[in-house]
This record gives sequence, structure tokens and C-alpha cells, in this order.
Amino acid sequence: MRIAIASGKGGTGKTTVAVNLACYLRNLGREVTLVDCDVEEPNCHYFLSPEWDFQQAHNVPVPSIDQDACRGESCLLCVRECRYNALIWMVNHVMTFPELCHGCGLCSFLCPEGAISEITRETGIMRGGKARGIDIYSGSLNIKEAMAPPLINQLKSLAPRSGTVILDAPPGTSCPAVATVHDADYVILVAEPTPFGLHDFKLSVDVLKQMELPFGLVINRDGMGDNSLLDYAKQEGIPVLARLPHSREAARSYSTGKILIEDLPDFIEQYEQMVNTIYSRQKA
Amino acid sequence: MKVGISSTGKTFQDQLDPRFGRAAGFIIFDLDSGQSEYLDNQGNQQASKGAGIHSAQNVVQAGANAVITGHIGPKAFAALDSGGVKVFQSEVKSVQEVIDDFRQGNLTQAHNPDKPGHWQG
Amino acid sequence: MQEIVVISGKGGTGKTSVLSALASLGPPKILADCDVDAADLHLIMHPRIQKRQEFISGELARIDPDACTQCGLCREYCRFDAIDESFRVWEQDCEGCALCYHVCPSGAIRMEPRFNGYWYVSETRFGTMVHAALLPGAENSGKLVTTVRTEAREIAEDQGIDLILTDGSPGIGCPVIASLSRTNLAVIVAEPTLAAVSDLKRVQELTSYFGIPSGIVINKADINDSLSDEIERFAKDKDLPLLGRIPYEEKITRAQIEGKSITEYDPSGLGEYMHRIWDGIQERLDAEQKASTA
Ligand code: SF4
Ligand code: SF4
Ligand code: SF4
Ligand code: SF4
Repeated sequence: MRIAIASGKGGTGKTTVAVNLACYLRNLGREVTLVDCDVEEPNCHYFLSPEWDFQQAHNVPVPSIDQDACRGESCLLCVRECRYNALIWMVNHVMTFPELCHGCGLCSFLCPEGAISEITRETGIMRGGKARGIDIYSGSLNIKEAMAPPLINQLKSLAPRSGTVILDAPPGTSCPAVATVHDADYVILVAEPTPFGLHDFKLSVDVLKQMELPFGLVINRDGMGDNSLLDYAKQEGIPVLARLPHSREAARSYSTGKILIEDLPDFIEQYEQMVNTIYSRQKA
Repeated sequence: MKVGISSTGKTFQDQLDPRFGRAAGFIIFDLDSGQSEYLDNQGNQQASKGAGIHSAQNVVQAGANAVITGHIGPKAFAALDSGGVKVFQSEVKSVQEVIDDFRQGNLTQAHNPDKPGHWQG
Repeated sequence: MQEIVVISGKGGTGKTSVLSALASLGPPKILADCDVDAADLHLIMHPRIQKRQEFISGELARIDPDACTQCGLCREYCRFDAIDESFRVWEQDCEGCALCYHVCPSGAIRMEPRFNGYWYVSETRFGTMVHAALLPGAENSGKLVTTVRTEAREIAEDQGIDLILTDGSPGIGCPVIASLSRTNLAVIVAEPTLAAVSDLKRVQELTSYFGIPSGIVINKADINDSLSDEIERFAKDKDLPLLGRIPYEEKITRAQIEGKSITEYDPSGLGEYMHRIWDGIQERLDAEQKASTA
């Protein structure tokens, strides 16, 4: 089963939930893989400190032009048709700008002379390792790179098809988050009970409904704000999987990178409830 | 020899546009004949990415052997460099003054892009 | 004209609270909300919308089922898995590259402009605000950020206002880069957690790469004093001014619930911290101005 942990905005405690859920399931004796899909700012490893034993570059295809075979100014089909402005004609040659290229393959498909082949460009790295018996995969997009989804997709493909796979999604509702959750069996949305939290939660709900994915809500820092989030969930019939109480101790524990269910065992109950609700829904 | 000057408008009284990729337009001026033509750049102003390199392409296609602008990003600079086009930098003044400065050799040639960029330039 | 951008890593550092407080202080300004992914600023600002514009960017493939012979070529070629078994294009996955359009032997595919949401010009009690709302699942793009900022600039010019306060996009991707370029000062909001400290470092790398003067505000500073100290050392190390430390207080959430800025909700307590932060910012801006006119 693939469970994605998502949130409308960063800082809602999404990573805490992902990490603690992974630890909780592992402690039950399950096979657990945790994939940190927040490749712009991967954070899971702060809590789990895995031993990395695998590392691989993430490459994307970019065009390479055989200038001798190119027809030149009489053609310029590739320059005209590239939707991302990644190619230009400069005096006597076609020039490529790999940072702008989306690797769509249009130019090599169109070139009437077969002058365009594809080479690869590194945009990030992927790492794999183990901590506390949990398999962990983490990706990191190189700084100033713009396109996260291809890296996220490749990273996800590293995880096994069996066992429980937990996907820590990037925050928000834009393409990297969508790329992470789109093939999940269940999505846990983590939100804070504040007006901001409610607003961001609604945006995520819209996206998940549109994608026809089953999901539930985990209220983090319950008690810090008001009841509007809970009321909204009830009104919309969204299952509340857990309410993680708001406490200074939890905030402090988080800030130092500790595992909450070990540091503050009171939280175990919450994860138990979360898991039971999800699995019973899946069976139903 | 022709120079392309990033400009806020069509005339020599208009100001140099300090942006290269997102300049309003370019005045292509032929130093030998004194003729000039105006290249509208609105399309690139709107573009989300690749504005700089496309401005470079268009200016060079219009025949410029040198470019005068305010700031230029690394990709546009690389594009011009690869076409053997020199880049000169100027303060914001009227296009006429910029041309005079250039004729008198008062402008400095840029050997590096001055503005790292992803979106601009 | 000067522009201040408030940014942070992704981890919900209370950037919006800091920003709305800054909006209530100092000289008149125009507000530009570029955090369009999860734009919350309006919950404090209560904007009265004056103007609404469609935001169109990029393209989307559309298959005409009547013309389609189900040959499957488009599906085979599309590198973004955007076309499903029933030959429908999934908008969220389509990159608008137009490869399918060129591949289709039956001319069944058209490329259409992509409608991504709206952007607005509104009035608020702190001045005119430009903001945007994306359709769910739409991509926050540098282009939208640039649109919002350009509009804010034009309005500022029209109204004769010299300062723009921008809520920057979070993260290190394209939108944040678009919200940073050519600003005069970046205020980086950080909080003392391991994750946020690493975010801070990545964000600082960006601002220094762009040569943008920056200062740091530590939010919830007393959650973890030793990490706050680490942030302070980092600031010193990078020669960045520490603009202030804001303590962790329930009042911040209370203010949010009442739809107020923290300076309005708690003028003497949190408001005082914010005043000091503003003074630090003003000092930086003045120095910047002097340097650029000298
Ligand atoms: S499509 Fe091929 S032949 Fe035509 S300009 Fe591009 S590289 Fe040259
Ligand atoms: S692969 Fe696609 S994006 Fe890249 S240069 Fe070719 S046409 Fe442009
Ligand atoms: S436009 Fe590109 S991404 Fe969209 S469906 Fe066609 S081939 Fe796929
Ligand atoms: S390539 Fe054209 S005809 Fe073939 S399946 Fe796709 S849309 Fe239909």
C-alpha cells in the first residue's frame, strides 16, 4: 500500500507524521519504505539519520545538435517549435540551453535531417539507505533547477511494489505535490487548526477530489487554534484520522529532530488510531 | 558595423532600457550609413522563460555585431558570445547619447554577464 | 522605488504573520503576494477586489474524440504520461510540449491556451494589494510571479508610492527565483528547527547568488535557543544582519483567528518586536538607497 503524506503548506508537521508513521509501522513488524519526495528541501533524514548505501545521479534528456547535419537557416523547425524557448539560432548554428529544456523530445522528433540526438544532464541526486529497519529513499534537486517532477517520479520508482510505502510529498498543490500523490492508494493530509491551515487544507481537498483519491485528515497541533478545521472536515464527510495535540514539548522535540513516538510515547495512541482508520477504510 | 541598443522606445530620444532580455525593444543602428531600424521586443517581455536568449537571437538576426545594454544575464551573454557579438554596458541615458559614447569609445566592454539569472537577462 | 521581499524555506515559518505585520508599519506601500501556491495573506488583509484578470500561460493538448482513430501514437510518444488509455489528456500531467500534436496522424489534437487562475488588484487597510489565486493543481510559475510584481510596480508608480512589500514564494524553485530578482532587500524568515535551518541555508545561497542584500528574522525563537543561536552565528558568518527574534506566542494564532496582523492584535508586546524589526529594515533600505545614488 502506498500512503502519501501531504499538506497545503509547509510547516504543518507533514514530515513528522511521515517519519513517525514509518517508525510506528516498522515497530509493528511491517516492511516499510519511506520516500522523501520533497526534493527541493528533503527533511526526513534529519529525523532518521540513515546510513546511505546507494547514490545515483538523476539525469534528464537534453538535445545535442549535429551542426554539420543541420540544414541551418532554411529550416529552424526545432527553434520555432520548442515550447520552452530552449533553442535559438545564433549566426551559424543552433544553440541549446539545457536549463530551459523540459526534455520533451519534440525537437529530435521533428528534425528533418535527424541532426538532433539526446544526451543527458544531471539535475539532482537520489540516495537510498536504511535506518531503524526502514528503507529510505531521498532525492535532492540541484539548486537553481526548476523541474522537480521527473526526479520525484524516478525516486518513487525505486520503492518496492510490496509492503508499505510512505511518500512524504512536497507541500502545496502544484505539480511536484501532484506528481507525488497521483498513484497513491491513500493520502493523509496534515493541517493545523487555524484559519491559514483551513484555507490551505481546502485547496488540497479540491485537488484530491479532482484526482479521485481517497484521503483523510490529521490535525496537527490540535488545540492551538479554533474549531473551524474540524467543523469543515465533519461537514464535508472527511475522516479525521488523528488529532495530534499541540504542545511546547512536541515543538521542541521536533526542532531537535527526535522521533516523537519515542520521545513522547503519549503520541503512539494517535498513530495507532491513524493506521487503524486507514486500513479499515481500505478493506471496506 | 551595426549596434543593437536595448531601448524603451523607437526614437533616439528614448532612454536606453537597462534590461536586455525584457527590454521594450532594440534600436539597430548602422554606424557606417547612419540608418536605423526598430525591433519590437514585446513578445519577449511577456515570455516566462528564455527571454534573454531570444532577444539575443533577434538582435543578431537583425544584423547587430555589437550590443549595448544595462544588465545582461549569463545565458544571453553566452548566446551573444557564441555568435561573436561584443557586449557593451551603459548607464541609462538617451539612445543618442549612448551612440555618441560608443563612437567616442567611452563604453566598457563586458567580458562576463553581470547578473546571474534564470528568468531575466 | 524600492522593493522588500519576505521569503522563507518551505517549512511554514510564520512568514505571512511577519509580512502582514510589516505591512502595517512604516511608510505607505503596495503589497504584492507572490506566494500564490497557498496564498494566505488575504485572510489577514481582507482585500476588497477592484479588478480581476485571467492568468493564461502555456498550453494544453486537447484530443478531439471524433477525429481520433485511437492509434495510440500520442500515448506512446508523450513523455509525461499525460494521455490515458481512453485517449484523454490529464491536464495536471500535460506539460504542453506539443509533441502529441505533431505526432498525431489524424490531426485530432489541438494545442489550447491554458487557463491557470486569476490575479487581482484589491484595496486593503494597508494599501493596494496585487494577489493571485491559482486553480487547484495549476503550476505556480515564474510568469505569474512576474505578472504580480510588474502590476504592483505600475500601481506604485501611478500612486506615487516608493515602496513595495512582496510576499515571496517559498522554496528554492523557479517561483522564488522570479520573486527575488531585482529586489532591494530580502527578509528571510527562519525558525529554529533542524529542517528550517537547512532551508535557511539553501535560501541564503540563492539570495547571495543573486547579490540581493538580506537580513534574517528568527520566528518562534525560544522553541530552541541553541538552534536560534546557530542561526545567529550563521547570520554573522555570512555577514547578514539579524533583524530580530520573535518569541513563540499563542497570540500569533489568536491574531490569525481574528483576521488581524500581530501588530494590531498585540501592539505593545509582539508589536514592539515588529517595530524594532521594521526599524532595522528601514536602516538597510536607507543604506541601500545611499549606496545606489552615490
Ligand atoms: S530541425 Fe534539425 S535541421 Fe532544422 S534547424 Fe533544427 S537541427 Fe537543424
Ligand atoms: S527536448 Fe523539448 S524542450 Fe528540450 S529543446 Fe527539444 S523541444 Fe525544447
Ligand atoms: S502536449 Fe506534451 S505533455 Fe501534453 S499530452 Fe501532448 S505530448 Fe503529452
Ligand atoms: S495520435 Fe491522434 S489519432 Fe492516434 S490516438 Fe492520439 S489523438 Fe488519437
